[in-house]
Amino acid sequence: MSSEVLMPNAVNKLVQDAMNGRASRRDIIKRGSALGLSGALMGNILRVSGVGAQDAQEAGWSLVKPEWLDVDLTGVELSAVLASDGVGAPFDQACCDFFAEQTGATVNYIKGAESATDRLTYYTQTLNAQASDFDIFSVDVIWPGILKVHAHDLSEAADELAGEGANFFERILSNNRIEDTLVSIPMYTDAGCLYTRTDLLEKYGVEAPTTWAELEVAAQTIAEGEVAEGNDAFVGFTFQGAAYEGLTCNALEWVYSNGGGTFIEPDGTVTVNSDAAKAAVERAVGWVGGIAPAAVTSYKEEDSRGVWQAGNAAFHRNWPYVYGISQADDSDLKDKFSMGLLPKGDGENADNAATLGGWNMMVSKYSENIEAATVFAKFMCSFEVQKARAIERSLNPTIVEVYQDADVLAANPYQAELFPIFDGGSVARPSGVTADLYNDVSSAVFTTVNELLSGQQTDVSGALDNLASQLESIMEDL
Amino acid sequence: MASNDGAMIPKVSRFSAPPTKAGRDQERLGWVLILPTILVVLGIAIYPLLESIRLSFTNYRSSRPDRWEYIGFENYRKLLSDDVFHTAFKNTMVFTVSSVFFETVLGMIVALTIHSAFKGRGFVRTSMLVPWAIPTVVSSLLWSWMLNDSYGIVNKSLIAMGFDNFRQFSWVGNPNTALFSIVAVDVWKTTPFMALLLLAGLQVIPDDVYEASRVDGASKMQQFWQITLPLLRPALMVALVFRTMAAFRVFDIIFVMNSYNTSTMSVSVYAHRELMNNQRLGYGSAISVVIFICIAIMVVGYTRMIKVED
Repeated sequence: MSSEVLMPNAVNKLVQDAMNGRASRRDIIKRGSALGLSGALMGNILRVSGVGAQDAQEAGWSLVKPEWLDVDLTGVELSAVLASDGVGAPFDQACCDFFAEQTGATVNYIKGAESATDRLTYYTQTLNAQASDFDIFSVDVIWPGILKVHAHDLSEAADELAGEGANFFERILSNNRIEDTLVSIPMYTDAGCLYTRTDLLEKYGVEAPTTWAELEVAAQTIAEGEVAEGNDAFVGFTFQGAAYEGLTCNALEWVYSNGGGTFIEPDGTVTVNSDAAKAAVERAVGWVGGIAPAAVTSYKEEDSRGVWQAGNAAFHRNWPYVYGISQADDSDLKDKFSMGLLPKGDGENADNAATLGGWNMMVSKYSENIEAATVFAKFMCSFEVQKARAIERSLNPTIVEVYQDADVLAANPYQAELFPIFDGGSVARPSGVTADLYNDVSSAVFTTVNELLSGQQTDVSGALDNLASQLESIMEDL
Repeated sequence: MASNDGAMIPKVSRFSAPPTKAGRDQERLGWVLILPTILVVLGIAIYPLLESIRLSFTNYRSSRPDRWEYIGFENYRKLLSDDVFHTAFKNTMVFTVSSVFFETVLGMIVALTIHSAFKGRGFVRTSMLVPWAIPTVVSSLLWSWMLNDSYGIVNKSLIAMGFDNFRQFSWVGNPNTALFSIVAVDVWKTTPFMALLLLAGLQVIPDDVYEASRVDGASKMQQFWQITLPLLRPALMVALVFRTMAAFRVFDIIFVMNSYNTSTMSVSVYAHRELMNNQRLGYGSAISVVIFICIAIMVVGYTRMIKVED
């Protein structure tokens, strides 16, 4: 890595601090990754300095043994597919090591593919061959329907956790349940949020919008003002409009918040062409080239965040990860914005909507150690690990009680603001009712909506009627 | 030719072994030596191809390993009325024809230029290859950033030159310019490859042909049309076969620059969506088989044209 050459002083300092015991294991990993050091080199620093030999908990990881984890798994070998090789890997490695230490089991940590599509391909190929290459694996919130046939039912495990005082958000849990099988246990969650430049609201004397109509006016006012002051690149609102899963998430928020349902209802009825849904999409089409840049039709998360992060957007729709980056010390946006619920529509059943994301733990029914694997899955989703994950990685817990924990709130005050979103505002994509056909449904949705946003189709009503018949024919394949 | 025919008609074929024991042993040895190659080709080319064809007649989904059946030509019938497939096919044709055309014309100009002797030719020949040497995913991302509407250097330069209507102009997001932008990036990337193949062809044309024509008073243009182009045709044909095949299967550049947007979706991107994203192995295989057939037709057409030359 080039930075090892570029910043010798910083690396030397890190090594010195480690040798003198001035840096904990966590500090070393944090500072080391910031410097771009390879995992192998950081391992060497830890080993040479002796920090690695310390108990992970002492050295800074806030992992605590759950009381119920009192099982002897000596001789059992488990393989778990967890975070990809990146920011998440050290924490997941620490979890595996901690579990192994406490139970005597051997845990092989397999790093998952970074791209969700690649990871799903790996899972389906391995599971279709009924191979036991891995026992436990993390799955995206929309995969339970796809992977249900390979799942070991975890209902009992979730009940046991609830018995220990760890209650999962019902909306999130029910998304993981297909018929009577709890396919996976929620590990951490995500939801669409609205980021608002509060300094600009104040500057232009605009109220924080609670409906889409108010957002349009506010965005228009602020953008006109900023452009008039010479910032040509300023826009009112950015979101994700490229033809991919992220657009399905955005569109679900527009439609659901307008009282238009979830494209396909839990009972299988297709509602994507309801009047409320049509009105919601029609409204969004009007944003492109207006309050939102024309290029929004090719924006994914990071493209849209680029505009926001540069200080060139008044409002921004994205996942909670943006909060930490925007609030960082070197960010121009620090203390100039707020994160909250997305606006409501003005339809009859208008409600707040935040599309659920997140990852869950699943146990393969082809595992040779199903019981031990279930214990590991429970551990990864337990109150103790979720608390540690919230503090160490700023990922959002799926357990109600963690949001009341003083340590968590001290580390991430904004998670208090997320609670109402997960508790009442969240909406799940229709991945349960569509089961393994969810991706067909989603790609039909994002294709049509993207064509409408970019002007390849102009008749919203006709396009959504056509989409509805596509979805109906997909559902016939169930 | 089979050796039986050779025995009946007293005409010795080059390929038939002599009807002696040593000859038969030699023939056997030949088979033994070629066997590994045959097995490898069967294993990595023929078997996957046949498997794709078989899958294309099923409704197999990888989420339903034990719930599938043969459905005959149903997938192909669906393809006929699939709007997304029609769009993807049209995009692929536009991409193939326009990218190969521009790459050939520009590649020819570049090849002729670096074929002539001038100072620093070695440096130019090497540096010319840089775009081709960059991995496609990297150069696609690079161009995505350069074409970005708000911070991209392309728009910034155009605005600096006084073209004010390129403010926040979205090259890839706008369906009218999206495919054109991607063709331009592909031309940027692949012209060096075309130039290299053509340069190799130019280098085998003997100089005395040019000298003879000069003596006869031919102009530079006449030399190009009457000598260079005809003698370059075999190399040009090979280059065209390679480029057309590769362009028709285009995936990475489009997927990186515009994911599944239908304004630029190629048939391979659509096959990827159905195979990988939607897990429809049956339907996705049918798309792949159609791509295979189209490419096979092109190859047969090109090889016919090359044979006619011979």
